[in-house]
Formats: sequence, C-alpha cells, structure tokens
Amino acid sequence: MSARILGATIVRILRQLLHDRRTVAMLIVVPALLLALLYFMYDDQPMVFDRIALVMLGVFPFVIMFLVTSIAMLRERTSGTLERLLTTPLGKLDLLFGYGIAFGLAAAVQASVAAALAYWLFDLDTAGSTGLVILIAVVNAVLGVALGLFCSAFARTEFQAVQFMPVVAVPQILLCGLFVSRDQMAGWLEAISDVLPLSYAVEALQEVGAHADPTATLWRDLGIVGGCVVVALVLAAATLRRRTA
Amino acid sequence: MTSAIEVQDLVVERGKRRVLHGLTCMIPRGSVTGLLGPSGSGKTTLMRAVVGVQVVRSGSIMVLGEPAGAAPLRRKVGYLTQAPSVYADLTVRENARYFAALSGYDAATAERAVADVGLADAASQLVATLSGGQRSRASLACAILGEPELLVLDEPTVGQDPVLRDELWKQFHDLAGKGTTILVSSHVMDEAGRCERLLLIREGALIADDTPAAVRESAGTDDLDEAFLRLIRAQEVTA
Repeated sequence: MSARILGATIVRILRQLLHDRRTVAMLIVVPALLLALLYFMYDDQPMVFDRIALVMLGVFPFVIMFLVTSIAMLRERTSGTLERLLTTPLGKLDLLFGYGIAFGLAAAVQASVAAALAYWLFDLDTAGSTGLVILIAVVNAVLGVALGLFCSAFARTEFQAVQFMPVVAVPQILLCGLFVSRDQMAGWLEAISDVLPLSYAVEALQEVGAHADPTATLWRDLGIVGGCVVVALVLAAATLRRRTA
Repeated sequence: MTSAIEVQDLVVERGKRRVLHGLTCMIPRGSVTGLLGPSGSGKTTLMRAVVGVQVVRSGSIMVLGEPAGAAPLRRKVGYLTQAPSVYADLTVRENARYFAALSGYDAATAERAVADVGLADAASQLVATLSGGQRSRASLACAILGEPELLVLDEPTVGQDPVLRDELWKQFHDLAGKGTTILVSSHVMDEAGRCERLLLIREGALIADDTPAAVRESAGTDDLDEAFLRLIRAQEVTA
C-alpha cells in the first residue's frame, strides 16, 4: 500500500461519483424519502417508528453501498480499467481500501442527512447519541462496500451483479431481528442469524436506542462488524488476479 | 543493441484453445517494432503476456531484464489495451492525472501527455462524450505519460483520421528516439512500413521477424500486404 496511490484512488472514485449528479441526489434523497414513508405509516405508533427507523438508518447504507460498489467494481473489470490498473504500481489493497474509504465518506454524508431528518423532522427518539447512530451507519456502509467488492468477482454482467443483492442483503435483513426478534426464532434460524454480520449491526443500533451511554455489547458488535469488513476485503483481494487466462 | 523483450518458446492457452504455439522472438531496445497479423492471430495475447497479465502455459518472457509482470516493471511499462480502458465518467484530464499519480508523475506530466495525443482542447470533457477515436487517444495519453521505458500499444491507430495517425506515428518514433522501446500491433499492413522491425504472426506462430526491407526482399515484392501473403503460402508449402 502507498499513501499517494491510495489518496489518488479515493479522489478518483469520489470524482466519478460527483460527475454523476443524479446518483448523488438519489444517494441522499432516497433514504430520506423512505424514512418519511415510515413516519407516515406509523403516524399513530411513535414507539414502532422509533424501533424501525433506527434499524433502517443502518440498513439503507448497507444495501445501497453494496449495490453501488458491486456495479462500480464490475465496471472496472469489464471496461479493462482493472487490467490496466494491475499493470501499474497500484496494489490490490490500494484499490480495495480506496473504494472502502471513498464510499465510506459518501455514506457518512448520506447517513448524516438521513439521521438529521429522522431526529429533527420525524422526532426519532433514542436514548443514546446520534453520533453513534451515524458511526454504526458508516461501518454498515463499509460492510456493504466490502461485500460488494467480493461479490462482484462472481458476476460477469450487471444483471448478475444486481441479483446478488437479494442473495446477500435480503436474508440478512430478514434475520437481523427487525421482523422477529432473534431470541424468538427457531434455533436453526437463530444460528444462521448469529453468523450474519448485519445482525450485530442491528443489535448495536438497538443498544443505542435503549441505553444513554455506549454499552460493552455495542462495542463488541461494532468490533464484529469491523472484523467482517476485514475478512470480506481479504477475500475480495484474493479475487483480484494480476494474471488472467 | 541489447534486447528489451526476449520471448522463449511461449505457449499460451485460452480456454481449450492453444493461442500461441511455442513462440520465440527478441525485440531490441529503443526500436519501434510492429506486431502484425490478422484478427485472432494472437497479437493481443502476446502483448498481454509481455505486460504480465496473461496466464502462460510454458516458456519464458524477459522484459527489460526482469520476468514479465515483475513488480519493478510496473513503473517502466506503459500498456494500451485494445478497447480504450479509461473511466468514461471522468474527464480526459482527470483520467490522465489519476494514471500519472499511480506512477508518481505530477499534473504537468499528465497535461503534456493529453496535449501529445491532440486532446488539449477536449481535456475537460467527460470521456463518455468523446468520439471513438478521441476516446482511444485518451487511453493512449494514460499509457505514454512519463515516457515509459517500454510501451506496449494494442492497435493504437484504429479509427483515427489519416492526419492524426501520421502524427501519432511520428510521436512513437520521437519516443523511440529518446530511448523508449515500442511494441505496436496493427492489422493494417500499410502501417507496417512505419516500423523499424516487423513481427508477422498468424495462427499463433511467427511467420517473419525482420526489418520491413528484409521482409520485402525475402518475399520478392515491394508490397508488404503481398509479401505477407507470399510468406504464408511459402510456409504452407514447407509444412
């Protein structure tokens, strides 16, 4: 890894994003619109809104960054830029961390806007701090990026790449404890839920919802999600080959 | 004259098909060597092997004294892929600056390369909005910046207008004059005459490795297109 190359790569990815105004607008507006939808759905049940909106603040960045990254990385593979990059001094980790940091920054903006709306406009109420909610949202976004980088290796076309969303993201959302709390699931479902990283991210958000100060469980959960990010990045690095057939 | 590239008994298979059948050749430093042959003859595969992105079955390739693809070469070798490999959602300038930064060159070097390929006026245009010819020149700018020791160019002049093509060839010779070794592929025979050496390749085997003059002489014709045909026929008779 080299700081110069990593820095140049982050700037390059952010520039690509900024040239695509519509994507930037959607990244920021869509989570806000969905939160508004939730707010009006649970108009007369503020407790339910608090529970669901808090989890969604973590789920949106994960899903959106997973999709954006898998397409971005697939484009690198199919346009020949990846092959060219790998003939330059760029290291695999420069590229992977470049995506993680660049989209992590984008997610920080996205999560801040969504959280600001949720707290000020929609009266979201959590015992813990907004800052922690945003931190967890950004870690979730980076998890989405890391899994997207890895999964893009198994897609040859954009059609295939978007199909990984239901495969990778939906089961995690179903089993994360939002619909059925995890300790009430059948044993085998809970066991699956135990090995899915989003379960820990959601638990961390619920800890912020219930406790004024960060709890040990919260830090442990964040650590687990961070560990999953590292594992996914290492796996993604293994899929990047300088030589191909 | 020392060699920039030494290929020894190179065998490459893509899928189940053998693309290169034990190819051996040597490319001298500071020269412009043309790699010519019909579409599907193995030109791109050979170039990919030289820059070290191709899995090879057997044989060896030494580039500037190192095995092809070795880490120290990544700073010294510029590679232009056949399909323009630049970011369509960045401007020409942003592309050039990014590839310059990867090899440790500054913005001025990137700017110079953009001007060298005749895109100074389009520098702040998004690559997606360029014509096909401009787009491949944007890609070329990213390969030539910093005057690498070896330039591997896969069909750099396809789709360019004749005046620009002439300018590009002059630039290749300028670069070679400063010591850059250039391996350039083409399937257009009229470009063969612009090279100092020719590698004629067909169905993964070398048919000729000589100067254009010597190729003309050995085939007994001044027309390189005709010479290529005669060499193929002569080979088929002996085979």
